[in-house]
Amino acid sequence: MTLNLRVKSSEFIDETNRISFKFDGKTYYGFKGDTLASALIANNVHLVGRSFKYHRPRGIMTSGSEEPNAIVQVNPNSNITEPNARATEIEIYEGLEASSQNCWPSVNFDIGGINNFLAPLFPAGFYYKTFMWPKSFWEKYEFFIRHSAGLGKSPNTRDPDIYDHRNIHCDVLVVGAGISGILAAKNAAKNNFKTLLLDEKNELGGSTIFEANEDNKINHNSASEWLKKEINELKNIENLEIKTRTSVAAYHQYNYLLARENLTDHLVKKDKKNKIRQRLLKIRAKKVILATGALERPLIFNNNDRPGIMLSSAIKKYSNFYGVACGTKNIFFTNNDSAYESALSLHNKGIKVEAIIDIRENSDTKIIKKINDAGIKIYWAHTIVDTRGYKRLSGVSIMKLSNDGTSVTGNKISISCDCLGIAGGWTPAVHLYTQSGSKLTFDEERKIFFPKTDTKEQISVGSCGGDFELDEIITNLNYKLKNFLNINKTDFEGISLENDHETSKRNIWLLPSDKTIGKTKPFVDYQNDATAKDIKLALREGFRSIEHVKRYTTTGMGTDQGKLGNMHALGIIADTAGVKMGELGTTTFRPPYTPLTFGTIVGRNVGEFFDTFRRTPMNDWHIKNKAEFENVGQWKRSWYYPKEDETMHQAVQRESKAARQSAGILDASTLGKIDIQGSDASEFLNRVYTNAWSKLAIGKCRYGLMLNEDGMVYDDGVTTRLGENHYIMTTTTGGAANVLGKLEDYLQTEWPELDVYLTSVTDHFATASLCGPNSKKILNKIIPDLDLSDDNFPHMSFKEVLIDKIKCRIMRISFTGELSYEINAPASYGEAIWQKCIEAGKEFNITPYGTETMHLLRAEKGFIIVGQDTDGTMTPIDLQMDWIVSKKKYDFIGKRSLYRSDTMKEDRKQLVGLLTEDPNIVLEEGAQIVSELNQKPVEMLGHVTSSYFSPNLNKSIALAVVKDGKNMMGRKLFVPMENKNISVTVANTVFYDEKNERLNA
Amino acid sequence: MFLINCPYCGERDQQEFKAGGEAHIERPKQPTELSDDEWAEYLFMRKNIKGVQFERWNHAHGCRKWFNMARDTSNDEIKAIYKMGEKPPTQ
Ligand SMILES: [Zn+2]
Repeated sequence: MTLNLRVKSSEFIDETNRISFKFDGKTYYGFKGDTLASALIANNVHLVGRSFKYHRPRGIMTSGSEEPNAIVQVNPNSNITEPNARATEIEIYEGLEASSQNCWPSVNFDIGGINNFLAPLFPAGFYYKTFMWPKSFWEKYEFFIRHSAGLGKSPNTRDPDIYDHRNIHCDVLVVGAGISGILAAKNAAKNNFKTLLLDEKNELGGSTIFEANEDNKINHNSASEWLKKEINELKNIENLEIKTRTSVAAYHQYNYLLARENLTDHLVKKDKKNKIRQRLLKIRAKKVILATGALERPLIFNNNDRPGIMLSSAIKKYSNFYGVACGTKNIFFTNNDSAYESALSLHNKGIKVEAIIDIRENSDTKIIKKINDAGIKIYWAHTIVDTRGYKRLSGVSIMKLSNDGTSVTGNKISISCDCLGIAGGWTPAVHLYTQSGSKLTFDEERKIFFPKTDTKEQISVGSCGGDFELDEIITNLNYKLKNFLNINKTDFEGISLENDHETSKRNIWLLPSDKTIGKTKPFVDYQNDATAKDIKLALREGFRSIEHVKRYTTTGMGTDQGKLGNMHALGIIADTAGVKMGELGTTTFRPPYTPLTFGTIVGRNVGEFFDTFRRTPMNDWHIKNKAEFENVGQWKRSWYYPKEDETMHQAVQRESKAARQSAGILDASTLGKIDIQGSDASEFLNRVYTNAWSKLAIGKCRYGLMLNEDGMVYDDGVTTRLGENHYIMTTTTGGAANVLGKLEDYLQTEWPELDVYLTSVTDHFATASLCGPNSKKILNKIIPDLDLSDDNFPHMSFKEVLIDKIKCRIMRISFTGELSYEINAPASYGEAIWQKCIEAGKEFNITPYGTETMHLLRAEKGFIIVGQDTDGTMTPIDLQMDWIVSKKKYDFIGKRSLYRSDTMKEDRKQLVGLLTEDPNIVLEEGAQIVSELNQKPVEMLGHVTSSYFSPNLNKSIALAVVKDGKNMMGRKLFVPMENKNISVTVANTVFYDEKNERLNA
Repeated sequence: MFLINCPYCGERDQQEFKAGGEAHIERPKQPTELSDDEWAEYLFMRKNIKGVQFERWNHAHGCRKWFNMARDTSNDEIKAIYKMGEKPPTQ
């Protein structure tokens, strides 16, 4: 049935701009300015989805971001489709496609709808109770649930859109551009505060802008006309930035807020192109003014969820703002005066209002008189006991309320209607206020949680602050602003205000029916299908904490975080348990206020910008020479250099042989380098390393091991004494930043008396490590003047030289066990020096090798890699490196811990070598080690930490940590794998050149 | 996200800083004189209180200086910031 429900041209809708869009495959028309919801309602479409658990038909309920039902899939046929979008927030554009998402196979025929009839099977805690038992049923449930109860489908390709982040600093941030927010922002900016005003809607003015109550007057003008003038004036104000379509998602400590600015979602496809879709604003504000308004409450009664049942305020907005009638026969159901304003708006536009059902005994304000004059029937002290209509509301049954409001009496009256507006009062939108860490106060009389106390940095104004009537809002705003901004006067002070005052109140959290609670369906959380019955059941089963009831019943756990029904859930709990709502407290509102896309959260940090990476000065050469790269920390390091179709294994075997037989070259630029200077530098090194440093001669190098205060190995590396008070320390590649941080920490906090200065110079030097028996000859070709004899330039010493006038530091140190020189050149000359080594080494078949070969070569020598052979639980003694722990030094970091009863245990896990019985089998790193095969359970003695096939020994070698390993030399152990048990023998950690003869070869 | 007033640089965003645990735990001058229990007390035992807690912070992505902070862990209010070696404020 198509029916045109446009009732009146609206200034907010451009009726000259007709737009076609598709919903559930069918083409409809709307106008520029419509939301998907208003355009659907104009086409008389209310049914937009199925509920999560019972698959009941659901319609559009609201006109804003609090919408629980109209959750749609945008661009459902695209692989960049977006789920969980609210039809009430989507601005339509030519070509928009959307579909209902929580229904299968279609919204009109829904298999899951059968759940509605199986409702007794789905009580609170259903998921916890049912799926626990029997286990084998799970698969059946899973199939059923996955098909029928989805929350949309996720996109399945990379998001092509551009997202952005922006930091904003301002003096005053105003959240919400209703009447309070606009006046606040205007006065802040006029008083020289740099002001930012945000609103989630595309129009300024909040609900006042489409206000049609003639009794609300400002300056003898209608409130909406007066506000339009104010908005017009905003354009000319300096210091004021306004962002619409911008929703504040989170409010953190110290006025740090995150907001999502939506830039292109409302544009047609061709205008979206190459533009930033959404931007995350990271705002640090000196002062924050919350003017987020209030959310209308529903009423909780039997079958309160049929399509056509909407919030009264939403019906008013659809008629006054979008010019759309939500029904042809309307009824309102209320506990306050605001439904009368909605009813009168409809009536004045010629839309039929059948009746108003009010749970109060009476009210005698002006607006009630107008409704009486309009001839609209009011049923005082009545409640709706049931509703009719499956896919669309067709009528309601009402009965008289008892005096205490807990039961109904008299005859049942039936009224037919196709739209029902419900008005349960107002809840201040305090989500951001509580996110900021502030505490709410409960007002027993008005039944609201509100922000009672303001701070120097934050105030809540307007209805989010608990002020609902025009004169109250403006008067309090004036007072609060003057204090908060410390100004003498606002520009609206003393303005004339006229408005009605509500005189009668009655609140019933759960409205009674003629049926018992077990037979009714009063929904509290529409999106998660939680009813008042579920909440009562949870209380009967012993749940008391509001946080527990929430999780057990899933009330408030949908994408809308239960914005509509949370207060009723609290009220029902309080009433049932006999406690006061103020004592019960609220559940925690967590960010984001409305869902954010992942794209917005990550912004530009995608693809190559996902993480920082670092490349060495020789990087271009590695690429030209076909290196494969490996990530080490943030560094991209050459892993190996395959020739033609070599596998990694083949390349590594070739590189390893070459390095030992003739010459190899490694890019070691990534090792951390810390320049240490000061008159106490030697003393400092004494305290941070396990071995002694005072006697190290200038020009000599020494290997050092650094512990944590708990005695566990933290880092290692070679440090060279460049001068009397000058050292250069090297650290592991991955540990560089942490080591510097740790050293600075001790210097600043424990030993501030030491005269020591630390500077990270990792990036300042490029390091080429020449290695192998021919390395001396190659170096001699490069620096013929330098005497390379063992007397002049012995192992573990250093020379400063000029290579082509470039000042370089050369250390004769070795991580491979071969004769080896590390040439450190200024970073910008790194590639040139490297190139020079390659040229000079050509006649010796110099072979570039990567990290994999480096690891293999050092494993042949039993040199540890911190972080691979250690894991934060290994002491130097565990590593069989007792030789490096000074016995003479009184103290160094971690020393005392080496004498703790636990670290002194004989049978700790210790580093050993492992040889496989079959020399061709290479163990898997991480594989477990046992001594028994037939015992269950079997004790895990340790695990393999490093494992390679050594081409120089022509057999498999491994390092491992094994419990009591030191006492197990020669013992046979097993490494059980999935298909086989591998026999291994415990061996010395040094597999190659045990006497270190090759260092001087 | 705190706004932290580095005593050397001024107000900066929390993401420039690194938290360093409880403050005013001095490394023993003569560790070898301590029993295992006394050493363990220094090494492992840390307070985790609700209320005002004294903490070490480091301006890691700034001046790299360590300083102390008195912070109320119940509401994240920073009560005081003072340099290393200075006495904690008394309330
Ligand atoms: Zn600083």
